[in-house]
Amino acid sequence: MDFDALLLSRLQFAFVIAFHILFPAFTIGLAAFLAVCEGMWLKTGKEVYKRLYLHWVKIFALAFAMGVVSGVVMSYQFGTNWAKFADMTGDVLGPLLGYEVLTAFFLEATFLGVMLFGWKRVGKGLHFASTCIVAAGTSVSAFWILSANSWMQTPQGFAVDENGRFYATDWMEVIFNPSFPSRYVHMMLAAFITTAAVILAAGAWQTLRKHDQKPTRLQMRMAIGTLLVLMPMQIVAGHWSGEVAHHHQPAKIAAMEGWWETKSHQDTILFAIPDETTRTNKFEVAIPGLGNKVMGLPDEEVIKGLNDFEGEHPPVFIVFWAFRIMVGAGLGILVLAIWGAVKWRRKTLDKPGLFHWLAVPAGSLGFIAVITGWIVAEVGRQPFTVYGHLRTADSLSPVTTGQVATSLLVFIIVYAIIFTAGVIYMMRIATSGFNDKPAAPVKDGRRAPGSPLGAVTDMAEPENKPVKDRSE
Amino acid sequence: MDALDLPLIWSGLIAVAVMLYVCLDGFDLGIGILTAFARSDTERNMMTATIEPFWDGNETWLVLGGGGLFAAFPLAYAIIMPAFYLPILVMLAALIFRGVAFEFRHKAVREPTRRFWNGAFAYGSLVAAFSQGIILGGYIQGMTVEGRDFAGSAFDWFTPFSILVGLSLVVGYVLLGVGWLILKTEGDLQDFARKWGRRSLIGVVIGMAMVSLATLSIDPKVTQHWGISMSAIDMSKAVFLLPIPLISGALMFWLWRDLKTKPRYDWRPYLLSVGIFATGFAGLAVSLFPYLVPFQVDIWDAAARDNALAFLLVGAVVMLPTILLYTAYVHKLFWGKVKEGDGYHG
Ligand code: HDD
Ligand code: HEM
Ligand code: HEM
Repeated sequence: MDFDALLLSRLQFAFVIAFHILFPAFTIGLAAFLAVCEGMWLKTGKEVYKRLYLHWVKIFALAFAMGVVSGVVMSYQFGTNWAKFADMTGDVLGPLLGYEVLTAFFLEATFLGVMLFGWKRVGKGLHFASTCIVAAGTSVSAFWILSANSWMQTPQGFAVDENGRFYATDWMEVIFNPSFPSRYVHMMLAAFITTAAVILAAGAWQTLRKHDQKPTRLQMRMAIGTLLVLMPMQIVAGHWSGEVAHHHQPAKIAAMEGWWETKSHQDTILFAIPDETTRTNKFEVAIPGLGNKVMGLPDEEVIKGLNDFEGEHPPVFIVFWAFRIMVGAGLGILVLAIWGAVKWRRKTLDKPGLFHWLAVPAGSLGFIAVITGWIVAEVGRQPFTVYGHLRTADSLSPVTTGQVATSLLVFIIVYAIIFTAGVIYMMRIATSGFNDKPAAPVKDGRRAPGSPLGAVTDMAEPENKPVKDRSE
Repeated sequence: MDALDLPLIWSGLIAVAVMLYVCLDGFDLGIGILTAFARSDTERNMMTATIEPFWDGNETWLVLGGGGLFAAFPLAYAIIMPAFYLPILVMLAALIFRGVAFEFRHKAVREPTRRFWNGAFAYGSLVAAFSQGIILGGYIQGMTVEGRDFAGSAFDWFTPFSILVGLSLVVGYVLLGVGWLILKTEGDLQDFARKWGRRSLIGVVIGMAMVSLATLSIDPKVTQHWGISMSAIDMSKAVFLLPIPLISGALMFWLWRDLKTKPRYDWRPYLLSVGIFATGFAGLAVSLFPYLVPFQVDIWDAAARDNALAFLLVGAVVMLPTILLYTAYVHKLFWGKVKEGDGYHG
């Protein structure tokens, strides 16, 4: 088997999935946020919630489209680049992905149409229901795909036939495999946190530009409240993930923590450059003896180090640093949320200041944590695709280096173009603020009737009975 | 579950998914291609407005086709996907551009970028349709298999036959798009659609005839299925199968008349073009059955274990009718003509 096609396929898979996950991480959270806004509008009749909805739904439409097109790429990757993997695992993973399509993708995709274009067509209740269905669809989709991924991390409920192909012996054990619950919780929280950080950043920017209005102020408070509740939960969930990994993938934990030797009283390493040739850490800064405690284990317990997994452990440097970046990003978000809450109590949240200048770039921290988190999980699983059973090197398709090089190049170019354009368009909307006067419907023929923007500008004056505005 | 032939059921389900994909995404890809000929921005926007609420749901049938193949026939998936590595890449890139263009077209403010996304939409649709045809053509021809692997080379699919199928699928999708436009628009734009309908129908007639004849010559097994051999025609088989091309011809004739005059029922041209596709599909199924990787791996050899097929079948039996129901419901919500300057008025 050609090593170069293998390496390129791995790079390509890492690239296209990392690109894809940016959008689910955002749309899962944003769909829930939109459902809350619309629900609050219907419940309280406050105009401000409707304005938030109409503003963010435009960004949602863009992000969702990018999530869909990059997702379709993913569902073909298994076959084009990992055909051996597909042949070996199809009897187990295929049905899980099949269920994802049947229970989630159709639901999202179909009701998205109603959500974006049905504002004038359908009643309020039905429109709200569509928003909720789309939001539910995104969580169901995450359920199945994370179950599939977790089975690859901690496989159970299966047997292997004479050709080395996996098949299920117990579907419940396959779906609810050991690392699935913690991974699902950790990922869903990650999506909500990522979205809240973006909403906060957009609000902070509008405050700095003195564009801020009622919805801006509300959106910042909603984001800070969300982060304040969810970020501590995320630390607990992350710890849970770590415990599960310690149990099932000890080499991954050793790489995350930079532990080379097997011993009790492991250290907590704050900074180091792990070096696989000398099998030591350079420039190490550590808190001696804290490691066992952080893992929730008694000090005397002996924890296996990397040296006991030689030849069978993942690349240490990447896992070690990806883990630190994820945790660092999380802590950064937490500090910002607490700071914001303090300013909120002191009633200085709407005065532009250092907080706002920091909150703007911090809008990217969620994405950074999501990507690095997945790098920990996926690179930490190496050298296996199905942990302990199927090696990455044995998963490849019979494709040539030239083919994979071409496809990788094409994806890089295509994604660079649509990413740049998409981010520019989203930023333009996010930073534009809220017009106090609803814009007059655009009639110049440039905007399609029923286009999101057309629909949304029209939405400013919905035809179905306006709710009494008690807020303004 | 012993009594059920699960692989057979699943091959039927996947065939249905592919057929639904072709009929649904076919019309929005076809309209995408037609936007290249739109005479004004307003007209282009009206055309896209007829498909904007639906395209994502339509494209999901493609995901079900791919995902279903992975789930039910992993071996076929593992052979077919690498065999068409490059055309699949091209198809995906084209689908990416046209997918985001739905949104980006409206967000671009400067004239050159707006033109770029309009172009991405039209050409993305065209290239996606053409590469799907190439894949179909290459698939019908078959691929080299050794053991459980694809063993051919990167450009095996590149033949006159696959190009012929590619072109035929493009005109076929345009025909479906025309049907949809006739249903969703009126006046000038409907006349425009009918004009393109006549052009594409001619293409479809020629394309289908050529592809059918060429398919017969691909493998002796195909001609056997149709009861045709060099020296004689086996009437007992042919009698049952002859109706397929005959019905196809009748539908084409009927559609032609509908396109010449303003159709009495706006939904009829679309349904007729779906009917034409269905006959083509049925013909193909007769030619290839029971092979999933043509003439090498049949559906029983390619199938996943019965327990995987049964597990997913439970979901499919419950979910597929549900999906069809809510899809129909959403179409009903958006029923009626699209007009200039306003959203969807009934
Ligand atoms: C944690 C969540 C998550 C993860 C890990 C993945 N996805 Fe995803 N995917 C979603 C969450 C999601 C979503 C929230 O359901 C999306 C994203 C945005 C969107 O538009 O729907 C989506 C869209 C999406 C689509 C388009 C669906 C449609 O037509 O509506 C496909 C085919 C896939 N994904 C396939 C995959 C595959 C094969 C993955 C892994 C290798 C994968 N996704 C990882
Ligand atoms: C969504 C977030 C995800 C990210 C960011 C991610 C990231 C990565 C990375 C970085 C690699 C390369 C590791 C290496 O080769 O060293 C990889 C490999 C892989 N991952 Fe994931 N992954 C994600 C989700 C998934 C899911 C949901 C699945 C399956 C259901 C999956 C299956 C695979 C497979 C099959 C490989 C290829 C083999 C390999 O290179 O290791 N991944 N992923
Ligand atoms: C601050 C404390 C955190 C801890 C202790 C922590 C811990 C972990 C651990 C141990 C893993 C690897 C799980 C495995 O491979 O089985 C992981 C993965 C991951 N983390 Fe974190 N994490 C933290 C914060 C965050 C934050 C703030 C985010 C995003 C907003 C995040 C997103 C992710 C994602 C997306 C993954 C990959 C999916 C998974 O395996 O769960 N993490 N985290």
